[in-house]
Amino acid sequence: MKVQVTVVPKSGVLDPQGKAIAGALTRLGFPGVGDVRAGKVFRVEVEAKDAAEAKALAEQMAVKLLCNPVIEEFEAEVLG
Amino acid sequence: MSSGARPRVSVVLFPGSNCDHDAVHAVETAIGADARLVWHDGTDLGRPDLVVLPGGFSYGDYLRCGALARFSPVMDSVRDFAASGGPVLGICNGFQVLCEAGLLPGALLANSGQRFLCQDVHVRVETIRTPFTSDLTKGDVLRLPIAHGDGNWRAEEATWDDVVAHDQVVFRYCDAAGERVASANPNGSHDDVAGVCNRARNVVGLMPHPERASEEILGNADGARLFRSFASGLLGRSA
Repeated sequence: MKVQVTVVPKSGVLDPQGKAIAGALTRLGFPGVGDVRAGKVFRVEVEAKDAAEAKALAEQMAVKLLCNPVIEEFEAEVLG
Repeated sequence: MSSGARPRVSVVLFPGSNCDHDAVHAVETAIGADARLVWHDGTDLGRPDLVVLPGGFSYGDYLRCGALARFSPVMDSVRDFAASGGPVLGICNGFQVLCEAGLLPGALLANSGQRFLCQDVHVRVETIRTPFTSDLTKGDVLRLPIAHGDGNWRAEEATWDDVVAHDQVVFRYCDAAGERVASANPNGSHDDVAGVCNRARNVVGLMPHPERASEEILGNADGARLFRSFASGLLGRSA
């Protein structure tokens, strides 16, 4: 089964990369570009008996390693 | 340490560390230390008086700076050493490793200006209650080099309140006169923090590189003052 963990800088945490990207999108003419958060995506193959177990594993991976809760937040999902 | 003996210093070498030899040289020169490199893959620190986690790019800064180094086997020994009150100094990437390992509060983000910075900065001594500042005076200004892309320290609000309440800010960026001005903060760190210690005060991390400024012949020996503080404290304890 494949799970996906998305990690982005927490709201309120300065994200200089996101800010630079927001500036570039605006310069390209995209209207009304607001806050941009630049983060990371992890796709992980796991062995799990069902989607719930796979999602729980993904969340544990995020908490233990993939995400630093001081500066980041994450979303875990099952890709199937 | 028995009186007259040389301080024993273990410098941990992670894959990707690059300031390890500088750290060994600096403590040998500044305090006549018996210094050795300790490979990350073992657990024997060699009964040191001081452990240094040096600068560099451990594990290529993959995932987050310092995030993977904390799983090295040697970190269990560093954790035990710190828990027993042993002095630990994390410099630059070593500071990032200590934060990721939970031995120091907060985390280090990318510099607010998005650039890797390699320059001299001034830092002000904010507390002398650590092994590395005990011989200094609160308010002393040191000139030290920085070389980092991720030095923007921050902590969650509750953690920050705790850090302040327990006098855990060790160094703050300032100008040459010791004044905190916005232009003196190179990386956007919260409240101009350049270095912090743990609650027990024996673990200290800072972004500037004292080991690169520890000899007059290199034009600046301000960094040696940190190592000399440690050495004189060691003598005091063993006397």
